[in-house]
Amino acid sequence: MTPAPATLDTIAQLRSRMAGMQDGLPRLPLETHPALTGLVQLRAGGSYAVDSASLALALLAGPSKAGSWAAAVGVSDFGAEAARALGVDLDRTVLVPEPGEQWLEVIGALVDVVTVVLVKPPGRVPEQVAAKLGARLRKRSAALVVLGDWPRAEVRLTTRSPAWSGVGEGHGHLRARRILVEAQRGSAPPRRGALWFPAEDQTYRRAEDPSFQQGLAPVAEAAS
Amino acid sequence: MVAWCPDWPVVAALAEDGLPTHLPAAVFHANRVVASNAAARTSGVRRGMRRRDAQGRCPELKVYAAAPDRDARAFEPVLAAVEEVRPGVTPLRPGLLAVRAPGRFHGGEPAGAALLAERLVGLGVWDCRFGVADELFTAEHAARHAERQDCLVVEPGESVPFLRGLPVEVVEDSPEGRDAVSLMKRLGLRTLGDLADLSAVDVRDRFGRQVAWVHRVVSGDGAEALAPRTPPPDLACHVDFEPPLDNAETISFSVRQTADRVVDQLARLGLVCTEVLVEARCEGSSEPASARVWLHPRWFTAADLVDRLHWQLQGGFRAGEVRAPVDRIMITPLTVVPDAVHADGLWGGTDERVERGIARVQGMLGHEAVVRPVLQGGRAPADRQVLVPWGERPAGLRPTGPPWPGSIPPPAPSRVLASPWSAAMVGPGGSTVGVDERGGVTCEPERFRPGPSGDWQPVAAWAGPWPVEELWWEATPRRVARFQVVGVDGRAWLMTWDDGVWFTEAAYD
Repeated sequence: MTPAPATLDTIAQLRSRMAGMQDGLPRLPLETHPALTGLVQLRAGGSYAVDSASLALALLAGPSKAGSWAAAVGVSDFGAEAARALGVDLDRTVLVPEPGEQWLEVIGALVDVVTVVLVKPPGRVPEQVAAKLGARLRKRSAALVVLGDWPRAEVRLTTRSPAWSGVGEGHGHLRARRILVEAQRGSAPPRRGALWFPAEDQTYRRAEDPSFQQGLAPVAEAAS
Repeated sequence: MVAWCPDWPVVAALAEDGLPTHLPAAVFHANRVVASNAAARTSGVRRGMRRRDAQGRCPELKVYAAAPDRDARAFEPVLAAVEEVRPGVTPLRPGLLAVRAPGRFHGGEPAGAALLAERLVGLGVWDCRFGVADELFTAEHAARHAERQDCLVVEPGESVPFLRGLPVEVVEDSPEGRDAVSLMKRLGLRTLGDLADLSAVDVRDRFGRQVAWVHRVVSGDGAEALAPRTPPPDLACHVDFEPPLDNAETISFSVRQTADRVVDQLARLGLVCTEVLVEARCEGSSEPASARVWLHPRWFTAADLVDRLHWQLQGGFRAGEVRAPVDRIMITPLTVVPDAVHADGLWGGTDERVERGIARVQGMLGHEAVVRPVLQGGRAPADRQVLVPWGERPAGLRPTGPPWPGSIPPPAPSRVLASPWSAAMVGPGGSTVGVDERGGVTCEPERFRPGPSGDWQPVAAWAGPWPVEELWWEATPRRVARFQVVGVDGRAWLMTWDDGVWFTEAAYD
């Protein structure tokens, strides 16, 4: 038996009100790279754990392309050219490659002024540190992208089965890569999507491949 | 009166390098000599000569690129020295200045010129010549005919006879002038007097405007008014410590007022400073122990100046640059711009906020810890990007435009390792893969290890080698070749073979 549409509306309304009360402030959505639409939506105050540098740069690219400032802390191997190809505006990007022991303080100072911070933590991060930083992020409406693991990450993006094309046994060169990205949000079933990262024409976009479509099914619902 | 310092570009270049002036040197622009000094000329170096020819005639020739900025900068002390004796100096171009002839106060023109020569020699400008005449053109050529450190006076009314005796080559300053001189010689005009005998209209039609102007001067009708400069205000400030201080915090605290004064002085002139030279002098020495030029992406406030001084002193004490207690701090604004250029927009202000946040991080970690990525041209991924300290201008970037043979085609790697990892790559039977003379691999890669501590894994696919010949002109050229390697786990790496040793440079993560 399906509930009446009116009841569904009420439930959705109540849910959104509850979500608003839980976080204290309404969570503003931030611009997200079009390739990741449906997998993950950046929100001010959220922290996102990724396991691949190019995915991390893609998350940075959304707000940066929209005119916000971005920062990378502890990323000593920042690929500036790849970042620009993904859409990061290098003129509005600051890097702190070697923050040393003070990396948390540096993030704290940077979230005051930039919209999205990419960080590679030097080691395991205690739960309470993440909670404290989370409060600061919500207060300042900034997002944190973590290259590695992070307790309390809102969404965890994992890369599965990367496949490069264009390269053979001693001939050709790397041209395109297809990856399957799994976005795990809390205990909900993960969303999956196949991406060209990059495609043959050096753009970064979703792969329209029917074999991955069943994985995309819950995405359409979540995007609405 | 005109003061002329011959071969000024060469004098300025040698002075900047602290070299004596008797060394042969020449300044080149577009591979041609534009100025040379007497020592170079005795070896046969001439203006307009190609660099290869000039160096062939004089192998020990010092070669400098033309830098009008450097010439003007070096000429500034000369202007100031002349200004001290006789205000109202008109700089004509670097190496040439005009000033009203000194009168009875200095005991006449030759005596005044001698006084100026003494001042200039005191500055290390040994070769300076003076000319006095009714108007500028004549005075300049009188100076060119004077002996070193001497003065040639063309008496009032004597200008025209003096000029009439000059050869037509004096017009040869510009490309237009060179053509005109060549034409005049072919027409049998040897001196300016021959030229002056022609009618003004003919001269203008035949030889162009510049020669027409010279014609007017030689006919006694070309007096040019001087436009004396206003001496620039002295914006530098310094503070002395008695007793000298040896602690960066104390010094920074004591400089606060001076920094305020620098900024206030500029503000009164409607200026802000974007580049500043901060110097610290130690007790018992006359040279500054630590001198550094700081740039600011916006402009310096007093607090910024104190910050920069603090960083500089901290670094100076740590590096052992500043050994003795400091007894003087000097702050010299180097670049000033009208404050209207940097005024906040009506709705702006975000960037200033960012500026402050970043300054806080710089305060925590030091000036060089916060960087900005800038792209440039190059072959290796690490060469294609530079990390510029926040607030500094990138210098010496390679152009991205021209093709870089041997560079890796896109996509660019998302991880560019700051320092390459030592890696390993073996073929069948465990022999290390190498690259032979012809740029081919010695054996098929089978297994590889991207990092020093990582696990070995089989090679799924590979591409390359992209050979790069670096330093091929040396006896033992370094041969480098790059490979793209994909492991069975699907991750791709950019690996480099450098004369038998494997490195990992970047990762396509």
